[in-house]
Amino acid sequence: MADASTRPPARRRLLVSGLLLGAGVAGAVDEIVFHQLLHWHHFYDRASGAAGLVSDGLLHAGTFSAAVAGMALMADARRRGRFLPPLWWGALLTGAGAFQTWDGLVHHKVLRLHQVRYGVDLTGYDVAWVLPGVLLLVAGVALLLRARRVPAA
Amino acid sequence: MTAVVLALLAAGAYVGATWRCRSPWPLARTASWLAGVAAAAVAVAGPMGAHGDLRAHMAGHLLLGMAAPLLLVLAAPVTLALRALPPAEARRLARLLRTAPLRWLADPLVAVPLNAAGLWLLYGTGLHGALAHSPVLSAGVSAHVLVAGYLATASVLAVDPAPHRRGVGVRALALAGGAAAHDVLAKVLYAHPPAGTVGAEEGARLMYDGGTVLTLLTAAVLWRRWYTSREAVRAAAQPA
Repeated sequence: MADASTRPPARRRLLVSGLLLGAGVAGAVDEIVFHQLLHWHHFYDRASGAAGLVSDGLLHAGTFSAAVAGMALMADARRRGRFLPPLWWGALLTGAGAFQTWDGLVHHKVLRLHQVRYGVDLTGYDVAWVLPGVLLLVAGVALLLRARRVPAA
Repeated sequence: MTAVVLALLAAGAYVGATWRCRSPWPLARTASWLAGVAAAAVAVAGPMGAHGDLRAHMAGHLLLGMAAPLLLVLAAPVTLALRALPPAEARRLARLLRTAPLRWLADPLVAVPLNAAGLWLLYGTGLHGALAHSPVLSAGVSAHVLVAGYLATASVLAVDPAPHRRGVGVRALALAGGAAAHDVLAKVLYAHPPAGTVGAEEGARLMYDGGTVLTLLTAAVLWRRWYTSREAVRAAAQPA
């Protein structure tokens, strides 16, 4: 039987839950809106190498797995009765921003896995893709820093 | 035909065991077993055999390698066997399950990579093309897909008792890793379809999307079982 000092603290559980769910939600939005509804992104445009494919597979499987795990951990944190909104929202935004920034910079530009859209000038689309990611990331980290000052209730 | 006979035997053995079970056996588990057996039989008798058309083949692959194993694992056949067998034989079965080879196969860090490696061998080498010409080879591969899928799903969900169960984090990561290998393979098949197949692009997309849905279902079952597990409930009830 684990005693209170060896169990993961509730704050860390909330943080992990928010990060996982944030990345999962951003990944789901990317998949549903841009792949399935708008058909802007291509399933695989054959322009990237093996490293890109492996990275994309890991990211895809990782984000939807993260969403499920994040929901379970959030439910667990809530039943423990120590839900701290700034901490959780900060983690959620950080997770979503990190996914969006990584997807826009590393996947689209470095690994050239697929582009935001085809047959158009990409500069505006790339800025519109990465900038919200960076903003989410900054907002998330700012909330997390604020949450550190809130004492655990 | 053989598939139908094997399916009837599997269904009969399970239902027979529920009658001999020493405690009432949940009807939902029996239903899950029968559905799993039916899914596997339909896959083998129907679309798995369509090696030339990758769309039909992948529908069969998802049924046999992912959907049927999930349903069979949720039926907890080992638990049923342990409760239905006479005590001496149940103890022998429990001892057998603790032997090294079976313990390894019940470890998600072994069973999931084995399952993925089998798929890569099947589609990455000439094996898939050879299946069309050899019924024996085809039957062997079908059996392997079902058994490897079952072992991987069983090791991740841990519905049946296991001597050294991995933590929920390791099992969730193994599931995600297996899904990633499945995704990458689907895209490789999309770009480089096996020789002599049609419908490769749609087949590969079906493999990718279907794999995602079934992995999501498996993950939901995994985390729901964790949330309601005795350890997690007890830990949550303790004051921090």
